[in-house]
Amino acid sequence: MVELNAAVALLGRFPALTGVDLRIEPGETVLLQGPNGAGKTTLLRLCAGLLAPESGSVTVLGHDLTTGPERRAVRRRVGLLGHSTGLYEDLTVTENVRFWARAAGLDAEPSVERVVGALQRLGLDDGLLDLPVHRLSAGQRRRTSLAALVVRRPELWLLDEPHAGLDQAGRNVVDTLIGDAVAAGGTVVVSSHELERVRSLSPRVVTLAGGTVHRDTNA
Amino acid sequence: MNRFLADARLVAAKDLRIEARSRVVLNQVAPFALLVLVLFGFALDADQRTLRAFAPGLFWVAVLLCALLAVQRSVSVEQADGALTGLRLSGMSPAALFVGKAAAVFVQLVVLEVLLTAGIIVLYGSEIEQPLLVVATGVLAAVAVACTGTLYGALASGLGVRETLLPILLLPVLAPVLIGATRAFDDALGNAAVDGWAWLGLLAVFAVVATAGGALAHGALVEE
Amino acid sequence: MTETMATNGTTTGSRGSRVLGAATLLGLATLLLFAFGLTEADIRLHPTTGEEIGQFDAVRLLYLHVPLAVFTYVAFVLCAFASAGYLIRRTPWFDTMAHAAAEVGTVFCGLVLVTGSIWGRPVWNTWWEWGDVRLMTTLVLFLMFTGYLALRRATVDPRAAARRGAVVALVAVLDLPLVNRSVEWWENRTLHQKSTLGELKIQDLTLFTLMLGFLVFGLVLAWLLLHRFRVGWLEREDAEHGIAADIAERRAAIDEGDVDAAVGEGT
Repeated sequence: MVELNAAVALLGRFPALTGVDLRIEPGETVLLQGPNGAGKTTLLRLCAGLLAPESGSVTVLGHDLTTGPERRAVRRRVGLLGHSTGLYEDLTVTENVRFWARAAGLDAEPSVERVVGALQRLGLDDGLLDLPVHRLSAGQRRRTSLAALVVRRPELWLLDEPHAGLDQAGRNVVDTLIGDAVAAGGTVVVSSHELERVRSLSPRVVTLAGGTVHRDTNA
Repeated sequence: MNRFLADARLVAAKDLRIEARSRVVLNQVAPFALLVLVLFGFALDADQRTLRAFAPGLFWVAVLLCALLAVQRSVSVEQADGALTGLRLSGMSPAALFVGKAAAVFVQLVVLEVLLTAGIIVLYGSEIEQPLLVVATGVLAAVAVACTGTLYGALASGLGVRETLLPILLLPVLAPVLIGATRAFDDALGNAAVDGWAWLGLLAVFAVVATAGGALAHGALVEE
Repeated sequence: MTETMATNGTTTGSRGSRVLGAATLLGLATLLLFAFGLTEADIRLHPTTGEEIGQFDAVRLLYLHVPLAVFTYVAFVLCAFASAGYLIRRTPWFDTMAHAAAEVGTVFCGLVLVTGSIWGRPVWNTWWEWGDVRLMTTLVLFLMFTGYLALRRATVDPRAAARRGAVVALVAVLDLPLVNRSVEWWENRTLHQKSTLGELKIQDLTLFTLMLGFLVFGLVLAWLLLHRFRVGWLEREDAEHGIAADIAERRAAIDEGDVDAAVGEGT
């Protein structure tokens, strides 16, 4: 599913990943933790095909990510939730979700039920659906952003601190969502500082430090 | 091919819908365009004959200045909240993305051109002698400017100095468009005895090269 | 620790480049001697009135101006080819070459504009002639490559700088024929002499000096390119060296206790 060997990735001239060896099997859920600046975000972006590895090998979903065309090919199959929500301020919640679903090459018109269903699962009530995104709170934006992923049904979920900025109810929603994804046969990599919360979802914890895997425990 | 057109249409419709909601171009750039015409009037002469003689050149300089703003806006829409990353992740072809972004800028430019045309008629007393030539020039020049602008917008995107860098990158490249469109308007507005249609050829070549080259080169810039 | 260029004494010079440099400087001195000393001013007698006409001493600038102009274009074409090579191959050699050629070309281009302007003042009676195609084209070219250098300077990520620079260089060079065409039609006349050699009093010495000019400025271009390329290459190597050291440093600095404290584990 995901296999990295001595993967080095640069941000400009800074070696954000200094040699990562990691293997994730299909259907696995992995918690990624580590101090700020350990390379969690870069690792997720690397797996999503947004960065080219400087050296080493990266294989995701059978794509060898050292080549440009393969990086482009893998992007459509993974779902990355990053720090920025990637939403358009002036479009409504529904319009945003539908745009991203269609941009990802989903059927020309993802059914309205599917979009509304995804939004409702994330606890966005009907009154919010036609509001422009700039009127939403940070937590509501994050939920919208997640809904856009849910609609796409990615094979590999790369969630970069999905709990950040959410209230208790929102965090529970994220956990349910991860559970659903796993139940549907998806593979999930979550970076989070919410150790206890994610522990309940997965026994495997990978600790990054200094841009490399510091510890890999499967309790 | 269907996928390509569908993606391009999706992006263009999205940008135009954002403009329809935010009205940045309509409420800010359009008044700026008229302001530029008025400023030229102050700077040159209150004498309408002078202004009329220079109207084609002033018109196209105003279009280029507005195009800079429209391109900046087009780039900042994608950068405000990391939407560009989302577009890259969507696996959409960079060429389709390019065509979609450029098409939206093109539509906005045409609207601005219509407004500016009304402006030079009212303010400078210009008269349109060859409407067809005016329309053809306006369309071809808008294609050329929209495509070149979108490509250079992508070049400067993500840089802290984008606002200041874009004009020095873009305007020299557009020199042939400025000259060609101005000359064609000279003919169309009856200002000078030149063959405006011959100039259209140059504009057409530029527009074709900018569209094809932009679609090709966009991939190298977006994949970063 | 990181050995930088400064500490290990690496320079951009080599035996070959020193010989080339010496030849270039000697050539430049010789050229100046011929151009401003040994050749004669362009003074002709008008066939009917007997007045003195011609370019007088201004003609001496052409021995510099014409070769400079030719090699400006050589440098920019080189830059375009290297840029295309980079986009196809994505190897640092092409990028370093493109950057070097663009930088040297921009300097040459600036000198062309300055020498041309100074020459134009007595001969054309103006510093700047709007109707002249080559003048306008060269100015637009200069501005485009000023933008190129500004873009490269503003882009932090070296790979992004290489890609973006390559696109700008290609656009600039492809745009050039269109700029040229448009200016030519715009003002359908040119002050530039169609054939510079034809109008001048062709003496052996004049021709020799002009040819010497081409040779010398060819050497100048090669010499500057060589050094600029090596500077770029060393900078890149230095950066790579720094990255390897940074990787080792980052990995060595991982502290068990700090990590546990950060993730809230352990005690």
